[in-house]
Amino acid sequence: MISLIMIVLTSLLFMGIVIRTKSIATGRKGPGLFQPMKDILRLWKKGAVYSQTTSFIFQIAPSIYFASIIMAILVIPFGHYKGIISFNGDFVFFAYVLALGKFFSIIGALDTGSSFEGMGASREALYSMLAEPAFFILMGSFALYTGHTSFHEIFISLHFGSYISYGLGVLATFVLVMIAMIENSRMPVDDPKTHLELTMVHEVMILDNSGFDLGLILYGTNLKFAMYGALIANFFTGSFSVLISIIIFLAVQFIFAITVGILESFSARFRMGNNAQFIFTLTSISILIFFGVLLIMGKFV
Amino acid sequence: MVYIQTYIAILVLSLFVIPFLKMKWKGIITLFLVIFNAILSGYLVFPALLGEKLSFVFQGSIVTGVIPIRIDGLSAWFILLINFTLITGAIYGLQYMKVYRKQTANISLHCLAYLLVQTSLTAICVVQNSLVFLFAWEIMTISSFVLIIFEYYKQDTLKAGINFLIQSHAGVLFLTLGFIWVYYRTGSYDFEAISQFSTSFPPITSLALFFFFFIGFAVKAGFVPFHTWLPYAHPVAPSHISGIMSGVIIKIGVFGILRMLQLIQTDYVILGYIILIFSVFSGIYGVMLAILQHNLKKLLAYHSIENIGIIGVGIGLGTLGIGQHSSPLILLGFGGALLHVLNHSLFKSLLFYSAGNVYQTTHTMNIEHLGGLVKQMPHTTILFLIAALAICGLPPFNGFVSEFLIYSGLFNGMASEEMLNLVVLLFSVFGMVLIGGLALLCFTKAFGAIFLGNPRHRFITEPKESNPGKLIPMYMVTVFIVAIGLFPQFFFSLLSEPIKLYSDKVNILGEISTGASITETMQSIGFSAAGFIVLGLLIFFVRKTITAKKPKPILTTWGCGYVGNTEKMQYTASSFIRSYRKLAEPLFSIQKKKIEVAGVFPIAGRHETHPHDKIEEWLIDKPWNFLKFFFGKFRFLQNGNPQFYVLYGAIFIALIIGFPIIIEAIIKIIYFLNQI
Repeated sequence: MISLIMIVLTSLLFMGIVIRTKSIATGRKGPGLFQPMKDILRLWKKGAVYSQTTSFIFQIAPSIYFASIIMAILVIPFGHYKGIISFNGDFVFFAYVLALGKFFSIIGALDTGSSFEGMGASREALYSMLAEPAFFILMGSFALYTGHTSFHEIFISLHFGSYISYGLGVLATFVLVMIAMIENSRMPVDDPKTHLELTMVHEVMILDNSGFDLGLILYGTNLKFAMYGALIANFFTGSFSVLISIIIFLAVQFIFAITVGILESFSARFRMGNNAQFIFTLTSISILIFFGVLLIMGKFV
Repeated sequence: MVYIQTYIAILVLSLFVIPFLKMKWKGIITLFLVIFNAILSGYLVFPALLGEKLSFVFQGSIVTGVIPIRIDGLSAWFILLINFTLITGAIYGLQYMKVYRKQTANISLHCLAYLLVQTSLTAICVVQNSLVFLFAWEIMTISSFVLIIFEYYKQDTLKAGINFLIQSHAGVLFLTLGFIWVYYRTGSYDFEAISQFSTSFPPITSLALFFFFFIGFAVKAGFVPFHTWLPYAHPVAPSHISGIMSGVIIKIGVFGILRMLQLIQTDYVILGYIILIFSVFSGIYGVMLAILQHNLKKLLAYHSIENIGIIGVGIGLGTLGIGQHSSPLILLGFGGALLHVLNHSLFKSLLFYSAGNVYQTTHTMNIEHLGGLVKQMPHTTILFLIAALAICGLPPFNGFVSEFLIYSGLFNGMASEEMLNLVVLLFSVFGMVLIGGLALLCFTKAFGAIFLGNPRHRFITEPKESNPGKLIPMYMVTVFIVAIGLFPQFFFSLLSEPIKLYSDKVNILGEISTGASITETMQSIGFSAAGFIVLGLLIFFVRKTITAKKPKPILTTWGCGYVGNTEKMQYTASSFIRSYRKLAEPLFSIQKKKIEVAGVFPIAGRHETHPHDKIEEWLIDKPWNFLKFFFGKFRFLQNGNPQFYVLYGAIFIALIIGFPIIIEAIIKIIYFLNQI
């Protein structure tokens, strides 16, 4: 329960911090911390325009997308506390329920019969497909390292002992940050601020969504960011008391948000053609982590 | 015993009666018989699933020897799932075949073949005498051939059917060789002899024996590289036949492999690795090719190969578990594989029935010509969507449960010490994840292109929803798909008997059973699945209440300022997968034809892609062309002149008689020379 509350709380501010960082980095004054959330609230109060091509799929897709994110958040533990759903192998559920959300956001985009949205959907499907092995191999490595297969048990029995394990922690954080960037369609894979439909990935998929649905999708992105932040935070909060855990959690989320902001300010989007290769390299980093774990456990022959 | 005799008597009687019935009754009587047979065999085998093994012995004849019939958990599980899909297939087929009502003789043959397939599949599951087994296998092959070539007057259909027949028989050849080997060594046709054989020889010999059977069964199951008949046979068969073919007939190959694993004693660790690697390649290769297909049924056929790969990963894992004496691996591996057999039979048949609905109203299977069917066919759309989600292994449906079991097994197996083991399991995890991701890409493409957006083609008759007769069996299947997703613990508990066949083979090291913890996990999954559905509905409800009074204007899709309504600007299925195709291109031979739009007065542009299976090219096409070339050199012999044929006969007879004489003469001459 506590993880759900913490993630929802941080999600309110996360985008604000990212945007603030970007504005500071580019020397602008920038909007307030709560501006992204205010925008979403405004959207939730609005009516919506629907295309005559769309069907009921388009109507249910954003809700299911949002539900899948909430469901994934329920799996995430907080320090000593289990997530609301916790069982052996729950990270498989986590990944697959997010994939379900993705399925619906893709078919929602295809439902509009647009020339642009199909393009975005195609890219999103491909990129998330390529990013998935990295996550599974990463979690598999930690399952091997700790001997457990649920998020909660992996995180509480994770302890850093040697230099290699710190190295692994850094690599794992890097992989998770990158997966978060890909899943949320941010730099360097996708530029949410681009103005040309041809170069968009996620933005072009939601061109036809408006009003409440758009609000759901945008807030879903915030939640997803906070969710990955919580996952990263869990690497470090394993053995501390609740209060310290909360502080660490907030600190990690804050640093994560700033990192996202800095990444977006100082890096350019890759060429679309190169994205696939870039995402696939994440898998090789995960495999590196896997062999690192083998090294620590002395199974490497 | 009485039941079995009744079963056979009714079958034989019906074979004689059905051809003489009126058209109207043929289908109905067949359906009735299928249901009756299913209930009879279900009643007989169900206790076996709960632990009461049954066995009968028929005296047989002097050729076959005694015919033992043994019904254990494994046969019961397969018989039950086979019969369920056959019932839904028969109900669906009853409506589907109405358009072909005029072809009386053809329909009679179809009905008979359907009954024979059911009986032979049931027989294969229980008969444990090699000769009778091969006999049943042959009946199954030939009657499914008859089912496939229903539209024999189309050239493609006949070609695909013959391809199926030849490749199946290549498989039968391997099975026969395996059985002959066993018979030669033990002198018995009983399956028990296979066990004896493998215990009395070193593991490497039994490994070789296993591979004879494995190849034989793999042809039927569609493991890469023995899969090449599958993508041809499925698209040309009537949809309910494609459904049962993909759903259950290819699963009988899996049954064969599982049965042999139970019987043959060998080095299970190595066998496990081999099966795992085979299966991961099958899975990835199947789905990678599936994405490229333009024909919906061909796409689904390639997905069967993928799913056989997933089942194979489960089997490989379980085999590894036997080798390592690890109870969780056996439980999760075989449990996942067997559950996936059931799951795949459900969602794949549902997908093929949906494809049938689409085909019968639009008369095309080309994805690029379809589109926007959601408005005319809402039921089919929802059913296809559910099946698509299930086949991608997404919660809250059944595909997730079995894939989850296999994943759990893979992660569990990593606890082992050996490096090789870890690398193989990591490779399998990687493969499984890739398969999942690619399946998602494939089914978003298929679903999006067929049902969503604007129609891409103007049909002469407006597409319309199928009649309830077709939808009812589809909803029957859907009930199970959802039920397995919501109550996985129940279905998993049914598997305890079949799994016991494998866990009893070895002395388990460490903790004997992890059944309880898995059941608990299954319960959590069911609970989470239900929770997800509730959550989704809740959010949708909130959305509905909040937006109820808001304005909702209906306008055109945003086209960057373009407001015309043309389907030509829509993203097509080919363009949807273009970036993937670019990535995968080096692995496949994709034939492209392109006419660019160029110049001041351009001619109409064109772009065609024909994905072709590279393994098929190397394994079937090239050797075939070589043989054709080689034997083509002897074409002059067949010159159509009867005198020459008589001459050939005379030469042949002369050779037969003359050959020994000539050899004798040569020997004599050599002898004579030696004397000198």
